[in-house]
Amino acid sequence: MTGGSTQDPSSTTVGGEEVVPSEARTLEVVEVREGMFGVRGSGDTSGYGRLQRPVAMPGTARRPYGGWFDEVADRLEQLAGEGAVESVVVDRDELTLHVRRESILEVARHLRDDAALRYELCSGISGVHYPHEIGRELHAVYHLLSMTHNRRIRLEVAVPDADPHVPSVVSVYPTADWHERETYDFFGIIFDGHPALTRILMPDDWPGHPQRKEYPLGGIPVEYKGATIPPPDERRSYS
Amino acid sequence: MGLEEKLPSGVLLTTVEGLAGYFRKASFWPATFGLACCAIEMMEFGAPKYDSSRFGMEVFRASPRQADLMIVAGRVSQKMAPVLRQIYDQMANPKYVLAMGVCASSGGMFNNYAIVQGVDHIVPVDMYLPGCPPRPEMLIDSVMKLHTKIQETKLGQHRLDQIDSDEKVALEAVPASAMKGLLR
Amino acid sequence: MSTTQTGPDPYAQSQDTTSGRVFTVTGQDWDTVVAGVDPDASERIVVNMGPQHPSTHGVLRLILEIDGEAVTEARCGIGYLHTGIEKNMEYRTWTQGVTFCTRMDYLSPMYNEAAYVMAVEKLLGITDQVPEKSQVLRVMMMEINRISSHLVAIATGGMEIGALTVMTVGFRERELCLDIFELFTGLRMNHAYIRPGGVAVDVPEGGLDAVDRFVALMRKRLPELAALCNQNPIFKGRLKDVGYLDLAGCLALGVTGPPLRSTGYDWDLRKKQPYSGYETYDFDVITRDEPDAYGRFRIRMDEMDESLRIVEQCVTRLRGLEGAPVMVGDRKIAWPSQLSVGPDGQGNSADHIRHIMGESMEALIHHFKLVTEGFRVPAGQVYTSVESPRGELACHLVSDGGTRPYRAHFRDPSFSNLQATAAMSEGGMLSDVIVAVASIDPVMGGVDR
Repeated sequence: MTGGSTQDPSSTTVGGEEVVPSEARTLEVVEVREGMFGVRGSGDTSGYGRLQRPVAMPGTARRPYGGWFDEVADRLEQLAGEGAVESVVVDRDELTLHVRRESILEVARHLRDDAALRYELCSGISGVHYPHEIGRELHAVYHLLSMTHNRRIRLEVAVPDADPHVPSVVSVYPTADWHERETYDFFGIIFDGHPALTRILMPDDWPGHPQRKEYPLGGIPVEYKGATIPPPDERRSYS
Repeated sequence: MGLEEKLPSGVLLTTVEGLAGYFRKASFWPATFGLACCAIEMMEFGAPKYDSSRFGMEVFRASPRQADLMIVAGRVSQKMAPVLRQIYDQMANPKYVLAMGVCASSGGMFNNYAIVQGVDHIVPVDMYLPGCPPRPEMLIDSVMKLHTKIQETKLGQHRLDQIDSDEKVALEAVPASAMKGLLR
Repeated sequence: MSTTQTGPDPYAQSQDTTSGRVFTVTGQDWDTVVAGVDPDASERIVVNMGPQHPSTHGVLRLILEIDGEAVTEARCGIGYLHTGIEKNMEYRTWTQGVTFCTRMDYLSPMYNEAAYVMAVEKLLGITDQVPEKSQVLRVMMMEINRISSHLVAIATGGMEIGALTVMTVGFRERELCLDIFELFTGLRMNHAYIRPGGVAVDVPEGGLDAVDRFVALMRKRLPELAALCNQNPIFKGRLKDVGYLDLAGCLALGVTGPPLRSTGYDWDLRKKQPYSGYETYDFDVITRDEPDAYGRFRIRMDEMDESLRIVEQCVTRLRGLEGAPVMVGDRKIAWPSQLSVGPDGQGNSADHIRHIMGESMEALIHHFKLVTEGFRVPAGQVYTSVESPRGELACHLVSDGGTRPYRAHFRDPSFSNLQATAAMSEGGMLSDVIVAVASIDPVMGGVDR
């Protein structure tokens, strides 16, 4: 597993078409995947076991971000201080702020209340699990919508698996109530300060957190007239 | 004009079982157990275009105590399974279960942790109806097949004999897993 | 038991037992029972409605604490339809994901597909290359879906308050919508029609004429439905001033869609953040200044008329786009075949099969690779939103550069809107809870995913 910044080439090809990304973007290799078709480094002679594919996610953006992104980032830095936002990612016309978990409540409050920012509506909160990012496995993703300025922003908080606590933003956005419960239910992120953090979609006594990557899909093999098809997570995979 | 005119001397002979079967199938009230997409097609079945009222089934009884047929329409999640069983237990005999749609019959496309892979894991099913979702015409077809089954249901000791013979036939039948060869 | 006797019946006294007070009721002595109950008793009555209930809009469990007829606390128990769709999509290719997400909010399948596919196209960077004809088709299908979804909302809402005619009329009109869907996509529900890069099938023979007839017929039928309900005193009596939620409440609770527009705020993503060419269509955003169930009902009725306007404009455009492609030109992404109905059901058209088997090796390779492996989407994450009949339906999609989504999360409007149940119903009567929930119009498939 490697991590490193690579300046992306002048263009990338997407499905045969040339896509020229914006100046402010770098690609960061977050993981290298090996093998294909479920073959993992064994003594196979097909060659598929030795295939290497780096996963390059959009990395930190450089200033200027473009459009209104700069003024929002500046205003937020003014209000919440320098250390609140760890990094800014600008990708595909969307602004993502990686926020430190200690500051998320303050950042949310400023985003909602300040006249220049005015993100009144929290669209939703969900989680993403990146098991290869040791120390930052669980990401809570907040999507905010500013109806006054007609723009969106994404906040991302990364917490380690060993200590999955994030302050709850229910006091700022009451709609976060069920969304945080759902994120807890599926990923195990514990939102401190939530009025009633319990499972919402799974049965109350369900063990485990289903949408984590190590949780199996849980299907059964399907058999019909002598032919068996394995469940989806045990079939051959191309990635 | 009517049936009465055609009968010789105006008298119709039948059996008690035939009459009981006829009454039971003609007034076959479903319990509302619509869960997901199939429930919408089930409601279309009750709607004017695919009228269920012509079969005597327009009253979808909310109370399982008054229902004869439980149409499990939709995917049954792990959380819903005990509720399903409780509703089934509350129904009075004779009761029938129709698994509508592939999710109710076998888990459908959702072969995962959250969906029970077929309601026959929970309740005994009398009719499986595949489709995602099945058209209302397909639902009518399955209901018609259930009607023939109900018409032939006997009473009393004949019923117990019928159950025994059905069980014998089922035990001696070739299981689907042994039917190797063409997947048809 | 005497009809002239007042006071406790000497033969039916109450007794104290180990499990509490037992009252023997012989008739006409209910007030002795009520008087006998300890007035300081703090026993609360908790009524559980559902998940199997004819009036709770799907498998919704309402846990209500009531004091007489008034509801003091209302809670929603959800999760009875949780299907694990989001996790299942992580094991399917990008195009196969359409068939999964379509079944979430099953009353508006086109919107689920549109939100997901727009997210995939944004990740691919081909949003501008999606052909115009497919955009127009998407808009047309989405608006017809809006009509059918609002019809179900009104029909089931009417059924839940006991107006069964509203249900039969609503479902009868919905059949007209489903006929159009069947003609264009092959299925009545859960179509998998909108796919990354365009739509699955071109306009069929006679399709546009059928849509013209549909619009004409709906323009006759919808006023009938309006005439049945709008000024109906019982309908108004049940719906007016029920489920009140003002603008501040809506924004705090994250409520979008007709409940937000019933407060008078004209927030509609089709106008504010247009997608699929919505900025080029001529339609109005319906708002009302009555943030109650009646206002939302009237909004839904009027939105159906606006949708018909948009459908007419779509048909005019489609008539001018004869022969245009419906899939993006890039052969490495475009779904390879057109569907048609053959003797053994719906499947790949015979022309396409002849082409890949007899004429072009590349086409065969593309077909094979696209159907088995799928295309690869560059890494990153996006959030796209559409204005579904219930509110803002959005898709947060994370890609790791592979053939399958790394994480697909859907922000479903019903999930957020349903949180408003408590704010709408506490303090009201038990029967108003039903009406309030029906006015939110939640679809449990979307809530639970």
